[in-house]
Amino acid sequence: MSWRSGAEVVEGDELPPLQVRLTRADLVRYAGASGDFNPIHWSDRAARDAGLPDVIAHGMLTMALATRLVTTWAGDPGAVVDCTARFTRPVVVPDNADGALLELSGKVTKRRDDNSVVVAITARAAGQMVLGQATATVWVK
Amino acid sequence: MALDASFVGRCYPAAATYQVGREKIREFAEAIGDDNAVYRDPDAARAAGYADLVAPPTFAMILVLRTQEELINDPKLGLDYRRMVHGSQSFTHHRPITAGDELAAMLHVDGIRAMGGNDMLTVRCEITDSAGDPVTTARAMLVVRGADQ
Repeated sequence: MSWRSGAEVVEGDELPPLQVRLTRADLVRYAGASGDFNPIHWSDRAARDAGLPDVIAHGMLTMALATRLVTTWAGDPGAVVDCTARFTRPVVVPDNADGALLELSGKVTKRRDDNSVVVAITARAAGQMVLGQATATVWVK
Repeated sequence: MALDASFVGRCYPAAATYQVGREKIREFAEAIGDDNAVYRDPDAARAAGYADLVAPPTFAMILVLRTQEELINDPKLGLDYRRMVHGSQSFTHHRPITAGDELAAMLHVDGIRAMGGNDMLTVRCEITDSAGDPVTTARAMLVVRGADQ
């Protein structure tokens, strides 16, 4: 397994940031891949009926992208043993070419004695945090 | 509280096992824009020490959703799906999921409580392989907004 070398990791390290633009097509693609066909993620009418300003991205798509930030850094996705997030604000995705811009960053907050490290992830859209207490635990060698 | 609190402690087994396929892993990786070779190329996955393609860490949500469906649609629970939002999610992987796995899932209702006019439903999905060994524990909090929210 190509785990990241623990010797290179110290608390406070920042992960390379990731910016992802999400359009309605991305939401439809994720709906199909995940099996989450809740219409608030593709239907203006369903979103309005649910009291939302517009169609919103799947919380799990945001979490998957936040995890992608970590797996890319970790080298081996199998090294990510734990990931968790609270969905604090919806990512609103208007029906236009620009969609929504999701900005992800991460920082090593803890090194444990068992050769794992904890990464805290920040996810922003339209200038606001959209995930809360988002963390991943990663094995290092 | 709109939800029936007597559901705490109930278990819902997945109706069928889930066969993890290479194309589904590739499709999921593409949907999250991740071009990591271990999600796409079996040779790269084997070179990294895996039996076959590796699934991204949140791939297990496919099984969670399938298993949750029966609970959410149980009319006796009293859950209005249109008022439900996903509050939080976590995955603990006891080992990575790879193509070729045949996975079983069991959903446990761990908690139901009312808070600030909303109902909070806590569920846990235990995913195991064909040998019965643990693969993934996925925990979710589902929030059902109250009628006046």
